[in-house]
Amino acid sequence: MTVTTRDPLAGASPVIEITGARKTYRTGDIEFEALRGIDCRIFPGEYVAIVGPSGSGKSTLMNILGCLDVLTSGSYILAGEDVSTLDEVALASARNRRIGFVFQQFNLLASLTALGNVELPLIYAGVAPAERRERALAALERVGLGDRWRNHPGQLSGGQQQRVAIARALVTEPAIVLADEPTGNLDSRSTEDVLGMLDDLHGEGRTIVLITHEGDVARRAQTVYNVTDGQFVGAGTEIAK
Amino acid sequence: MRPADLLSSSWRAVRSHKMRSALTMLGIVVGIASVVLTVGLGLGTQKDVSEQIAALGSDLLIVSPGSSTDSSGVRGGFGSGQTLTLSDAEALGNEVVVPDADAVAPEKSSSLSLEYGESNWTTTVTGTTTSWPTVRSRELLYGSFFTDDDVTSGAHVIVLGSETAVELFGATTVVGQQVTIDGETFDVVGVLSEAGSSGDTSLDDLAVVPMTTMIDTLATTASESVDTIYIKAVSSDVLGAASQEATSLLLNLHGLASADDADFTVDVQDSLINAATSVYQKLTVLLTGIAALALLVGGIGVMNIMLVSVTERTREIGLRKALGAAPANIRNQFLIEAMILGLSGGAVGVVIGVGLALGLPGVLGSTIVISGLALVVSVVVAVGIGAVFGVYPAARAARLAPIDALRDQ
Repeated sequence: MTVTTRDPLAGASPVIEITGARKTYRTGDIEFEALRGIDCRIFPGEYVAIVGPSGSGKSTLMNILGCLDVLTSGSYILAGEDVSTLDEVALASARNRRIGFVFQQFNLLASLTALGNVELPLIYAGVAPAERRERALAALERVGLGDRWRNHPGQLSGGQQQRVAIARALVTEPAIVLADEPTGNLDSRSTEDVLGMLDDLHGEGRTIVLITHEGDVARRAQTVYNVTDGQFVGAGTEIAK
Repeated sequence: MRPADLLSSSWRAVRSHKMRSALTMLGIVVGIASVVLTVGLGLGTQKDVSEQIAALGSDLLIVSPGSSTDSSGVRGGFGSGQTLTLSDAEALGNEVVVPDADAVAPEKSSSLSLEYGESNWTTTVTGTTTSWPTVRSRELLYGSFFTDDDVTSGAHVIVLGSETAVELFGATTVVGQQVTIDGETFDVVGVLSEAGSSGDTSLDDLAVVPMTTMIDTLATTASESVDTIYIKAVSSDVLGAASQEATSLLLNLHGLASADDADFTVDVQDSLINAATSVYQKLTVLLTGIAALALLVGGIGVMNIMLVSVTERTREIGLRKALGAAPANIRNQFLIEAMILGLSGGAVGVVIGVGLALGLPGVLGSTIVISGLALVVSVVVAVGIGAVFGVYPAARAARLAPIDALRDQ
C-alpha cells in the first residue's frame, strides 16, 4: 500500500468537487461541527471508499454528497452544477438526476414489486410508463434479477433485495452511485455478491462512492478517504491492486 | 411527476392499508349517510306537507267578513262583522263573473249541543250548501251528503263528523239515527271520513246541516249573514286570479270603490302552510346540524389517521425524497390519499344512505325523497372534507427532512 497525493487526471473534470466543506449542527445553545473543512475531488470512473468510525462525520459527508443536506460553508460542485446553494426543490431534482442511492436497509417499498421499486426514481423524473418499464426491466436484467421483476421485496433474499436497490440506483444513469454501508445487513455470501456487483459497475466505468466502517469492504475501492473528527486524515489512500 | 402516476401512487397506498383506510372512511360514511337521509327526510316531509295541504285545499280561498285593516291602517273587526251574505255566496258561484272558481260554499256556524238519548255533545254546527264536500275536500264514510232539495226545503237532516258521531253514539255507523238540537229532531244522513286536524282544531268534530235549516231553526245571528265563504279555485295555479275576481265582485256588490275600504278579507290557507313549513324547516335544521357534526367528526378522524399514517411512513417519505420526490410531490400524494378516502367514504355513505332511505319509510311511515343533486353534492362534500382535513397531515409529510426521515427506524 502506498500513499500518494492524487493529481487530477489531465483533461477530465471531476464529478465531485468539494472545497472547504464545513457543516455545523445547532441544538439549542450547543454547536457541533460535524465537518471541519474537507476538500475532495472525485473523477469519473473512480471507485472511492470513505471510511471512519461512527461519529467521525462520515454520515454527514454522505448526506452532503447525496444532496440530502447542505453545507454550512464551503462549496460542492456535482457534475458541473453548484449544488451548495440549491433550494429543497432543486436539491430533490439533483438527487433524482445525479445520484443513485444504495442504503444499508435496502429501503425498498414493500407494497411495490421489484419492477415498481426500480421505476420509482423514473416516476419522479416524469418518464412515461412504457419507457420507464423498459429501462427498469433492463436495470433488473443488469443485476441478474430479470426474471424476478414481479416479486415483492418480501419474496426476495437480502442479497436479492440489495441488488434490486442497485438496479434502482442505476436506472436513472446517475453521475455517481452512492452506497451507504451497502453490506451492513448482509451475510458473507450476499456481501461478496453485492461487492462483486459494485466491482463490475466500476469495471464498466461508473463512479462509485462507498461509505463503510469495514476495512475489508473499503479495500475493494481504488481510493480510500479516512474521516476522523470531521476531517480527512492524510490524503486519499490509493489501494495497490 | 405525471398526474396519473401521482393518482396511482396514492391509490396504491390507500389499498395497501385496507383496514386503516376502512376505519378512516367510517366517519365519512356515517356522516354522508346521515346527510343523505336528512335531506331525503326534509324533502319527504316537504312533499308530505304539500300533499296534505293539497288534500285540505291548497286551491282554497277563504272570504271572511270584516277587514284586517281599515282604510287608515287600524286593525278592524276581522271575522266578526256580518257583512257577508248568502247572496254574496250565490254571486261568487256565478261562472261568468268568477270564472276561476270551481265551487263556492258559504258557512254559517254556531256552537250547539247535540243530544242522543242520555248523551249530549257540544260541537260546531255548520249550515252550508251541497258544494261543501267538494270545496272542503271531504268524503263520506257512511251515507251521503244532504241534497239540493234538502237545502231548498230546509230539511231536518244532519251530517256528522266521525269524532262527533263517536262522542254521541259510540260508533260511526249511525246513518238513520236521530239527534236533537234545541228541541228539533234531525235525521243523520251521513258520517264524514276522518280528516285529521288543522292546528289545534279537530276537523272531525263537527256537524253539517243545510244552510236554510241553519238560518230558519238554529242560527242566532242575522239571518242572511254568513260567517265564511269558501271558494275552491279551478286549480291552485289560478288561486290568485280567483282571489282578484272574488274581491272585485264583492267590492262591487258592497258598493265600495277601493280595496282599501273592503269590509271583507279574501285569504288563502296561509296559516296552515306556514305552520307545516316551519315544522319541517325546524326538523331539517336539526337533522342537518346532526349530520354536519357527524361529518366534522368524520373529517377529524381522517386527519388523525392521516397523521398516524405520516408518522408510520416516515421512512417511505424519506426514501421517496431521496429518490427525487419534491415536497410538493409528497404533499400531493397525501392530499390525494385523503381525497380518495373522502370519495370512497362518500360513495359508500351514499349507498348506505339510499339503502336506508328505501328501507326506512316502511318502518317509520315517513316519506324520504332521494334527490340526485343531494347525492352528488354529498360526494363532492366528502371529497372536500378529505382535502380540507388532509392539508395538515400532507403539509407535515412534505416538510419532513429526508435525512431525518431516512434515519427513522
